[in-house]
Amino acid sequence: MHSIYNFVSGPLAWLAFILFIGGCLYRLISLMVLVHRKEKFIYSYMSLKYSLRSIFRWSTPFATENMRRHPALTIVAFAFHICLILTPLFLLAHVTLIEESWNLSWWTLPEGLAEIMTLIVVAACVFFLVRRLVNPEVRYVTSVSDYILLAIVAAPFITGFLVYYQWFGYQTLLILHILSGEVMLVAIPFTRLSHMLFAPLTRAYMGSEFGGVRHARDW
Amino acid sequence: MTEAAVKEEKKITDEGLEVGVQNLTAERIQKVINRVLKGESGARLKAYVDTCVHCGLCSEACHYYLSHDKDPQYSPVGKVKQTLWKMLKARGNVSADFIKRASEIASTECNACKRCAMYCPFGIDIAYMMLTVRRICHLLGVTPLYIQDTAHSHAVTMNQMWIKDDEWIDTLQWQEEEAQAEIPTLRIPLEREGADIMYSVIGPEPKFQAQLLYQAAVIMDVAGVDWTMPATPGWDNSDMAMYTGDNEIMGRVKRAHFETAARLRVNRIVMGECGHAFRSVYDMGNRWLGWRMPPIPIVHAIDFYYELIQNKKITITEKFKEPVTLHDPCNVIRGGGLAEKARYVVNAICEELIEMHPNREHNYCCCAGGGVINCGPPYKMTRMDGNRIKAEQLFAAKSRGAKILIAPCHNCHSGLEDINHHYGLGYEIKFISDILYEVMDKPA
Ligand code: HEM
Ligand code: HEM
Ligand code: SF4
Ligand code: SF4
Ligand code: SF4
Repeated sequence: MHSIYNFVSGPLAWLAFILFIGGCLYRLISLMVLVHRKEKFIYSYMSLKYSLRSIFRWSTPFATENMRRHPALTIVAFAFHICLILTPLFLLAHVTLIEESWNLSWWTLPEGLAEIMTLIVVAACVFFLVRRLVNPEVRYVTSVSDYILLAIVAAPFITGFLVYYQWFGYQTLLILHILSGEVMLVAIPFTRLSHMLFAPLTRAYMGSEFGGVRHARDW
Repeated sequence: MTEAAVKEEKKITDEGLEVGVQNLTAERIQKVINRVLKGESGARLKAYVDTCVHCGLCSEACHYYLSHDKDPQYSPVGKVKQTLWKMLKARGNVSADFIKRASEIASTECNACKRCAMYCPFGIDIAYMMLTVRRICHLLGVTPLYIQDTAHSHAVTMNQMWIKDDEWIDTLQWQEEEAQAEIPTLRIPLEREGADIMYSVIGPEPKFQAQLLYQAAVIMDVAGVDWTMPATPGWDNSDMAMYTGDNEIMGRVKRAHFETAARLRVNRIVMGECGHAFRSVYDMGNRWLGWRMPPIPIVHAIDFYYELIQNKKITITEKFKEPVTLHDPCNVIRGGGLAEKARYVVNAICEELIEMHPNREHNYCCCAGGGVINCGPPYKMTRMDGNRIKAEQLFAAKSRGAKILIAPCHNCHSGLEDINHHYGLGYEIKFISDILYEVMDKPA
């Protein structure tokens, strides 16, 4: 058991991070190469002002018509993404691990808060799942992969939460948690979770087209 | 509002599609799909397909979806699923019938109005994806018959309506004579090199709506504009090839238009009240030719009237009395930012503007645009059933007192006329120039 733990938290974790960071760079660079090779004209339309206008607008809750039309989803989606990114970054347990290895540390979330944020992520995943099952327009464009992605995202939070409470076998769960965290990281560049990488780019492009050429709002 | 005609599941037959499909082989389909998806398209298509999280949030943007009781097949992303996703997943290995249905979806169940781009949290441009599907169908020869015919007309005559060169000149001279009965000194100056402005119109104006040329001539004359019209091909600014995916013809047509303006050494091109033509000279055609922005500045009629009224080149005798409502054509409002100028003009010439809701960038498309009305009679009911929401929107404006519907776009005009009849709305539909001509100060 201990050697499995050493393996997943050692070499496998390295591999996961390398694939995550390398994969993200690969996706971004290959997209840029594609732009350069085939759609160079895109550069000439990009406008910093309108890119930022669009990104800022779409990062503000209820600032767009469509967000106001779906208030519950807007709240859930914002809470989900904020907690999803902040919790693992500022989790005491995670920062402690890093401190042990590299003597690096930073501010951490109070444990109670981290717990709530974890639950928010899990609850949001359930919300997304129900929405996918219940709303005809979402269901129509759903494939198995969408459920798998939701599971991949929820897994590290569910297992992390269980580890924290040490309800079942601590070791097994911890290994499962680390594995699921690694799977999620690797999935980001290579699945639709790559929307994390591309969202700023597609928004910037549409923002620039609407602001600079079409002289219209894009929200 | 009268009830919509009873819905009968009627199979549409379109010869262009039926015959086109018979010439397909599996190899040809695969080759063309891969040529377009792998060869011609690039980062945009890739980013759009890979980024879409299948959230369905674009659905409520689309008038087809709203008008079909939220049937997900008509949602923007639903249309991508039925076309591009399948093509990508099967690596081009799809059946001839699939191509036929894809052509129908892309050409007649999407107006390329880009409203959905304002609703998707990532700004994914589904209109662009539908135009990519049309491109594939074009290269496979599976395009609805009527619009293909107009594209052929562009290719042969450089205008949309098979108008011969002498007919064009005749029509202008005929309208000049008519207008001289009202203003004896009026001219429609042909081929005047070095004029400030070249005025260009769409093919249907000389063909069916010559009075619009008359009105434009009067407006130009009274405002004292230094203008000219070409007597050669290149006078037509419209472009259905842009909507069939025939980019090569689109490029030829636009080049002819810009080169005619260059030959006449004008400073600007002013165009009539048309939406898709604006898109073609301001957005798509110029880009195909490698121009970031039009090589010669393009001024849409709304913008031009704004300028004339603001500079007091045109003054108003007495404002139009009856309450009007204003349809914002996507191609010049969402595509050209003329929402406020349109309101300035309408308020300057009409006593009362009753807004329909939603409006400006958020207005619902008329369902005729994007070449859909040009796909002809087989698809009339596609447009009527596909835009019940527009009828409801117009009905609401009517119940608040609007009597006249202003539609400053040719496609919108014809499309709204159909909706007006089909749903029994009882509007009278006008161009801005109809009213402007009526209320402006003219020499007695
Ligand atoms: C490289 C892999 C990872 C390692 C080695 C790791 C390690 C740990 C450890 C040791 C704990 C503490 C368990 C305890 O309290 O005893 C933990 C908790 C947790 N981890 Fe991870 N983790 C990893 C990746 C992730 C990722 C990618 C996420 C989420 C995106 C995540 C989310 C969490 C959460 C939410 C908790 C529990 C929070 C709580 O309720 O207190 N972890 N992790
Ligand atoms: C920081 C950049 C990110 C941005 C701007 C972003 C944006 C979005 C947006 C706009 C949606 C659309 C639907 C909605 O609002 O619910 C969405 C959904 C989602 N995102 Fe993100 N996201 C980001 C990062 C991530 C990351 C890192 C993950 C996970 C690893 C993730 C997982 C998800 C999931 C699971 C959904 C829900 C999909 C569904 O409906 O099933 N996102 N995101
Ligand atoms: S008709 Fe307009 S809103 Fe509907 S899918 Fe096409 S571009 Fe989007
Ligand atoms: S709103 Fe955007 S991301 Fe969501 S399904 Fe539609 S196109 Fe895809
Ligand atoms: S016809 Fe009119 S409303 Fe419809 S797409 Fe064109 S401009 Fe938009």
